Amino acid sequence: MSYVALRMLLGDKLKYLGLIAGISFAAMLITQQAGILVGLAHQTGAFIRDTSQADIWLMDPEVRFSQDALALKDTLLYRARSVEGVEWAVPLYFGFVKMKLPDGTRKVVQVVGLDDATLTGGPPEMVVGQLSDLRKDKALLVDATIMDTKLALRREGGRPLKIGDRVTFSDKQEAVVTATYKASRSFFWEPMVYTTYSRAKQLAPTEPKMTPYVLVKAKPGVDLHDLTQRLEAQLGVRARTNAEFDRATVNFILKETGILINFGMAVALGFAVGALVAGQMLYNFTLDNLRYYGALKALGTTNARLMGMVLLQAAVVGLIGYGIGVGLAAGLGTLVAKGGLAFLLPWQILVLTAGAILVICLASAGLCLSRVLKLEAAAVFK
Amino acid sequence: MREMEGKDMATATKNSRSDAKPAPTGLAVHCRGVTKHYGAGDNKVMALRGVDLEIAYGQLMMLVGPSGCGKTTLISVIAGILDRDEGECSVFGVDYETISQRQRTLWRGQNIGFVFQAFNLLPTLTAAENAAVPLMILGEGRHSAVKKAEDVLARVGLEGRSKSLPSQLSGGQQQRVAIARALVHQPRLIVCDEPTSALDEHTGHSVMRLLKGVAMAEDRALVIVTHDARIFSFADRIATMNDGVVTRVAAPDALTH
Ligand SMILES: Nc1ncnc2c1ncn2[C@@H]1O[C@H](COP(=O)(O)OP(=O)(O)O)[C@@H](O)[C@H]1O
Ligand SMILES: [Mg+2]
Repeated sequence: MSYVALRMLLGDKLKYLGLIAGISFAAMLITQQAGILVGLAHQTGAFIRDTSQADIWLMDPEVRFSQDALALKDTLLYRARSVEGVEWAVPLYFGFVKMKLPDGTRKVVQVVGLDDATLTGGPPEMVVGQLSDLRKDKALLVDATIMDTKLALRREGGRPLKIGDRVTFSDKQEAVVTATYKASRSFFWEPMVYTTYSRAKQLAPTEPKMTPYVLVKAKPGVDLHDLTQRLEAQLGVRARTNAEFDRATVNFILKETGILINFGMAVALGFAVGALVAGQMLYNFTLDNLRYYGALKALGTTNARLMGMVLLQAAVVGLIGYGIGVGLAAGLGTLVAKGGLAFLLPWQILVLTAGAILVICLASAGLCLSRVLKLEAAAVFK
Repeated sequence: MREMEGKDMATATKNSRSDAKPAPTGLAVHCRGVTKHYGAGDNKVMALRGVDLEIAYGQLMMLVGPSGCGKTTLISVIAGILDRDEGECSVFGVDYETISQRQRTLWRGQNIGFVFQAFNLLPTLTAAENAAVPLMILGEGRHSAVKKAEDVLARVGLEGRSKSLPSQLSGGQQQRVAIARALVHQPRLIVCDEPTSALDEHTGHSVMRLLKGVAMAEDRALVIVTHDARIFSFADRIATMNDGVVTRVAAPDALTH
């Protein structure tokens, strides 16, 4: 009877394609929205991942995410170096500062200052020049991908910022675009520029003997969890591994910006719309076939068998629709991701979508079954 | 005046055949005082008000009567797809009230063949697949079931059309497929609701010849609901119904006076 069930389903191409389209639509919507959410979440941790040459970040206990730098005492750096299990420790400057472009327009930028001696924490990839160019006078690293967009000189006909251009900070401190880099795409909008730790402190109006972060490298074989506990106990600061800081940042941003709620709602909406469209189509399909189910019942098909038939039909459209929907979402997602928008498709999303489609199919199959099983076989003579 | 000659008819039929199988004793269908209502309150309709009917083995019984008198309801009760309210009814000695719904469904699959007025062929199955459905329900593999159904289709004059979809067949051809479906698993009782009403006289007659020729055997029985006086002559017995009761059972020539 599986054959009969499949023929009922596949025989009417138009209805069958409609059903598949409905389920695909639901699967695509859910996968797509969840993929963007995860992509955005991933992007919030971009700076931490790009700055992961060390193992542990030391920060003020009040810091909630990577761009939320609060200053620590400078002396902490030396104290950290003497904690057991620490291989090395370097300062890292981070702050939002106003920068004036050559044409006079002002931009708020994220300034990252790297330890003068080691240049630890630099961007993952250089485009023009080298990281060591930072040792040149007034040197500044600029994001190559935004020189002709966010950093273009509007008042000079939109010409791109270029190597050798001079910019000023806090209205007096001058810096020169010396080299360019490429970083992971970040959730944070403001352009990021890199310089040395000591120059960053000159450019930015900060308290003199304070540092936002200290990066700590563990000695080989030292357990990171033990080390963070030791650092926190001995220094009275917050110590987070790269992964912990990443997670804290993601959680904070998703919650505080309402992104989680918005995209959560979009996923739920995708689920609801998909459930309605697909469920209604599956239900209609069953209603259209009700008289044939009735005939099969009269001819001796038990309720258990009928249930098997309806579930088989739901499973087939569910599986095919799931495959197409996820495939479309992945294809579309890859396209938008190439364009720089957030999209990631970890296996958990595939499971989530599969679960949602399963629920949709089971619920509508259940609805159909309530009609099929209650069916009076006597209706066949009508 | 009601005539009760079922057993005699069965004996007569048996004697006219050279079948070696011993003739079954008793009645194929036995109904006494069967009632059935639909709805409740002001909408309550008494469809059957105490039907007595006996159908002997080997008998072709026709049910006639005005529209709404309860013919369809009665064959639905006899075929086990509708529960009676009161009275007794057994088919081949089985009283449906004594077995579970599931057992009854399985029993129907084995013992009853249906020819519905509206054919109810599955539109996406071929003629042969449609005719093979009862065998597949009984658990037979698709290929051998379709093979057997093709043989039956040939017997009802549809060779060469076994791969056609119902929509590619004329009304008469669809009716033949429906009949092949009722025959394919060799059920002991076949019930038909107005099998010829959609057919012209010539096709109607050939359908009746088929039913009578292929379906009848001394251990079987056939009930046909019809309005169609042109086919009365095929009946062994004709039961006339009126307002929910059987008022008369007679041989066909007695009915046409
Ligand atoms: N499902 C139903 N619900 C309510 N009334 C019904 C139903 N089926 C039949 N009836 C009523 O029962 C009576 C007998 O119907 P039926 O057995 O179909 O008669 P026939 O087949 O002789 O035309 C009619 O009055 C009909 O309107
Ligand atoms: Mg009727």
